[in-house]
Amino acid sequence: MKNNLLRLLLVPTALVGSLSLYALTSKVGPPAPDADNAGLKLPAGFGALKVVETGARTRHVVVTPQGVIYAKLNRPDKSGKGILMIRPGADGKTQTTTGFGSYGGTGLYAKDGYLYASSDEEVFRYKLDAKGEVTNPEKPEKIITGLINRRQHESKSVVLDNSGNIYVNVGAYSNSCQVKDRQKGSLGQPNCPILDSAGGIWQFRADKLNQTYGDGTRYATGLRNVVGLDWNQQANQLFVMQHGRDQLHDIFPELYDTKQSAQVPAECLYALKKGDNAGWPYMYYDGQQHKKMMAPEYGGDGKKEATGNFIEPAAAFPAHMAPNALLFYTGTMFPERYRNGAFIAFHGSWNRAPEPQAGYYVVFQPFKNGKPSGESEVFADNFAGSPEKAATGRADHKPCGLAQGPDGSLYVSDDKAGTVYRIVYAKK
Amino acid sequence: MKKLLVALAGLLLCGASASAQKKPAPKAKAAAPAAALIAQGKTVYTETCLSCHQADGGGVDGLNPPLIKTSYVLGDKTRIVKVVLNGLQGVDIDGEEYNNAMPSYDFLTDQQIAAVLTYVRNSFGNKATSISAAEVKAIRAANKK
Ligand code: HEC
Repeated sequence: MKNNLLRLLLVPTALVGSLSLYALTSKVGPPAPDADNAGLKLPAGFGALKVVETGARTRHVVVTPQGVIYAKLNRPDKSGKGILMIRPGADGKTQTTTGFGSYGGTGLYAKDGYLYASSDEEVFRYKLDAKGEVTNPEKPEKIITGLINRRQHESKSVVLDNSGNIYVNVGAYSNSCQVKDRQKGSLGQPNCPILDSAGGIWQFRADKLNQTYGDGTRYATGLRNVVGLDWNQQANQLFVMQHGRDQLHDIFPELYDTKQSAQVPAECLYALKKGDNAGWPYMYYDGQQHKKMMAPEYGGDGKKEATGNFIEPAAAFPAHMAPNALLFYTGTMFPERYRNGAFIAFHGSWNRAPEPQAGYYVVFQPFKNGKPSGESEVFADNFAGSPEKAATGRADHKPCGLAQGPDGSLYVSDDKAGTVYRIVYAKK
Repeated sequence: MKKLLVALAGLLLCGASASAQKKPAPKAKAAAPAAALIAQGKTVYTETCLSCHQADGGGVDGLNPPLIKTSYVLGDKTRIVKVVLNGLQGVDIDGEEYNNAMPSYDFLTDQQIAAVLTYVRNSFGNKATSISAAEVKAIRAANKK
């Protein structure tokens, strides 16, 4: 003990706090953060460690009540596995990583003893045992099949409610439902036909096999592409983050300059009720004016507001930052103000060029009684590695998935380098 | 026939002016393209291609492929000209999947397409032969059939 204390006195002061706290609370407390907090910039009192560096494209991530981590890979890794099972040791660092499932994809969610995982067309479920391990890795139940994938906005994110339903995003295979996708000057298709089978959230039963469109319900429509979604337990409601439209300037250069194109169309958080319409492709949400605007493909000119019965966003975030994960924090490790608030992983932009790119961080949006309350703030920053790497879009890491551990740690997966981070709070 | 002759003449002229310009680098067959063509190509790139393929030509992971030493960029001229004329979607690029759509840029002139592709083939660390307006014209004509 004396020796330990002496050694502690020699390390830089910033470290002393977290290390000594860890020493005092060892076994029950969270693992020690990495000396450099895994390269992240965090609010005071928080620390971070790299759980594992997989080198694979880890999309969404899940942590079971037993602390087993699962990560969905966008493409199967070198050994042909599309889901990783990661078992951390007492220090929080990975001891073993194994894989199963031969398909790539994004969606992953665990609830009531099942693990749900999606390819870009189907959703499977696996039974979890008392140790949090999958019992049927090679024989999952196929619960949903035949979802549309036209190699644009292809990921199928999933979440469950408390009544045995599963919600699946089917992204629109288009930017703005033009007659010719992304073509300069091409107008919108009347009565956008994409919305019949995509551009919305579909609801299915979580325990029925081989369901497809006819067996499910189009729960909400007019959503261009949702990658991050979560069920809010306080409001008992589905919340989703939409990826807003691209290329206002490229397609309508006479109406929008490159700055407007980079900054105007917000990334929106929506609170959904059955039957809601968020307005894509007929409108986009102008995050600067806080207005629903008529899309230029459908008669808009940058000034006309949208007509139509479209819902208001619950919150709006800067354009093009690609919100790939949403998580309502219900843990008790973090300070009180984080409870029931939303963490959002912004994968980072590409469609801001030639303006500087932005994102590559995790944002916190405070909530009160199931509704956003107050300004959002950047919570975990510098996944990119430096401001220059963020500005050029050449980020070292791109946050893509979020999960809450049984102790209230926040896990963040990155699909650029395949790192899984764990963020802990050490101050009491 | 007349058209073909014009195209051929254009090809010859372009080849001649390019090779007259500078000594070729030891290994590369490509002569350095004219500075004016590169400058025009850069303008077209910045206005038309940069938003997806990015300022450094590095593309965007999983969405827009890089224009750095891919088989398309360094390879057959007809193939790369057709990518610009027709757009491209759903095709793996050198074994990688990209889930976005490139629209058609057939509204660009032959000269603009020649310039932008010559610029791409000689930027971002690439080195490949120039593409002339006459070549684009011939490929466009065959593309219509
Ligand atoms: C809307 C985004 C977008 C714009 C703008 C765009 N491209 Fe592309 N480009 C793509 C995508 C996406 C692909 C790959 C499609 C696929 O894999 O099927 C691609 C493929 C290519 C390829 C072949 C693959 C490779 O990487 O070598 C070339 C060459 C190319 N683009 C050049 C251009 C040029 C030149 C321009 C400007 C005139 C341009 N692109 C504008 C999105 C775009």
